[in-house]
Amino acid sequence: MDIHGRGVLITGASRGLGAALAQVLARQGARLALVARGEQALGEVAGAIRAAGGEAHAIVADVGAKDEVYPITGAAAALLGEVEVLVHNASDLGPVPLALLADTACEELERVLAVNVVGPFRLTKALAGPMLLRQRGLVVHVSSDAAVATYPRWGAYGASKAALDHLARTWAAELDGTGVRFFGVDPGEMDTAMHAAAMPDADRRSLARPEEVACKLAQMIGDDTIPNGARLEAAAWTAPR
Amino acid sequence: MKPAAWPRGDPGATRLLHVDPAAHESSGRRGLVDGRIGDLRLLLREGDLLVVNDAATLPASLRGVTEAGVPVEVRLVGSGRGGAAGDGEAGVDDEDGGGGCWRAALFGAGDWRQRTEDRPPPPALGAGEELRFEAAVARGEDDGPGRPGRPLRATIASVDARSPRLVSLCFAARGAALWRALYRAGRPVQYAHTARPLALWQVQTAYAARPWAVEAPSAGLALSWELLLDLRRRGVAIARVTHAAGLSSTGDGELDAHLPLAERYEVPAATVLAVAAARRRGGRVVAVGTTAARALEGDARSHRGRLVAGAGTTGLRLGPAMRRRVVDGILTGMHDPGTSHFALLESFAPRALLLEAHAFAAERGYLGHEFGDAMLILDNGPEVRALRRRASTAAA
Repeated sequence: MDIHGRGVLITGASRGLGAALAQVLARQGARLALVARGEQALGEVAGAIRAAGGEAHAIVADVGAKDEVYPITGAAAALLGEVEVLVHNASDLGPVPLALLADTACEELERVLAVNVVGPFRLTKALAGPMLLRQRGLVVHVSSDAAVATYPRWGAYGASKAALDHLARTWAAELDGTGVRFFGVDPGEMDTAMHAAAMPDADRRSLARPEEVACKLAQMIGDDTIPNGARLEAAAWTAPR
Repeated sequence: MKPAAWPRGDPGATRLLHVDPAAHESSGRRGLVDGRIGDLRLLLREGDLLVVNDAATLPASLRGVTEAGVPVEVRLVGSGRGGAAGDGEAGVDDEDGGGGCWRAALFGAGDWRQRTEDRPPPPALGAGEELRFEAAVARGEDDGPGRPGRPLRATIASVDARSPRLVSLCFAARGAALWRALYRAGRPVQYAHTARPLALWQVQTAYAARPWAVEAPSAGLALSWELLLDLRRRGVAIARVTHAAGLSSTGDGELDAHLPLAERYEVPAATVLAVAAARRRGGRVVAVGTTAARALEGDARSHRGRLVAGAGTTGLRLGPAMRRRVVDGILTGMHDPGTSHFALLESFAPRALLLEAHAFAAERGYLGHEFGDAMLILDNGPEVRALRRRASTAAA
């Protein structure tokens, strides 16, 4: 798929991987609806893309809030015409500093699930319908190593990402053959604000830069040969020839 | 007919009355079969084409105050400035909410709980008057967490010659900021037959895309993806138009007489191809809802009878004298005799049959209005006999 001219919605686009992906896709000519809670940071990302001649709309909203789903999808459809690619990138880490499950408040787990699982489900539900009518569309789920491996103190986040992976696989199975595709990506450990919040003592030199991972993610989005329902690891990704 | 007061939890439970004008005419049989929405699997056949209206429904009801502090309800009618001169044509501006300008109808004190015709007239407002709208959440009408919302402001650009209640309104915000403010300030348009305040997701079809409709394209509310994907597997094609479904009532008899106002629509190139393919294969084109039918027929009428891809506006009123160019049948809600929607259906079946169908459905407990039951007006094919046999077996 040539991303040029296509409508892409990215959640969590005000910083880290989401902001980097927005920059990469904008350079490739994608038309962007960017979603995040932080109005100022999001406005800066969208403003930089527009200043460089790209198209980016800043939709200030909370992915975890039920009554903000149609405001997000309605604004994106009105501004872009069609949302052809949806990237679920927004994540909530849970309690910081990371806590044992035994010390995690129920409300903290609920918030993590709302942002990382239920929000993406609602957004996909609202955007997959028009994609199914057009028989074309792509939904990308940004996952984590914590969805597969078990790390103490990553329980809320890991459980949410495991659920997100399974949601992605089930969407793919149910809508296989309709032209609407799904895949998940483990971006690996990146030098982001979220990583710093989770592991403040990490050696930042050992971490991938979000810009590098964003380039790989953009290649994946453009690659129609990725099997529906696949879960990819950015670290193992090599650019298609 | 009794109205449905609330959205159905399970769209599959929607009842479907098949009205078969050909059977009625040729054999003098009644041509009415009582079933469920899922019977579309039998009533439609390979090669047929279902055309839906993919417009999402806007939160088009905004509560505001005038400069003098008088409360006023504004219901958006359609984006663009048009119609101010009373020419019946909607202006089509950019995608971005008509550059921030919309046609809108004004309502006086009260809200949807009163019948629109019982509400007092709105304050008389002239061009230049500024309105301020508060966020719906701040009024405690939503379940959502209280969010700080900036007040949305708009200026009346002009008043329509047809009615002082119909104005052109230009919002101060633009782009994503305008959409955010509209979604915060607005609620779905609803009427007195509904039981409680509606949430925005309750007025969306399963395939809602661009937010063009100010009332739900409600015939599509009965369609689940389970059913649509099953129809596709059976060889029924599904295509889309986008039609900016307008208000069905303003409470002002003079203005209501002009409804539906000219509404904008778009027919994608893929839909033109799908209609041609259905024709080639001997399939039938079935519009889901009166808005999809108006977009298709209005577009053909604008192009000498040929369906042409593109955007436009149509003020077309279908009726008994109307010769259809594109649409063979229609899936629609139950409409009461005397309404404009009922008159529209006379383009698909004779009035006598429609009256009979209405009485038949009312007697069997069908529900009317936007969350009610459905009716398919489509000439019979052999497949329907199986359904009829099944119905008679069940009765025996």
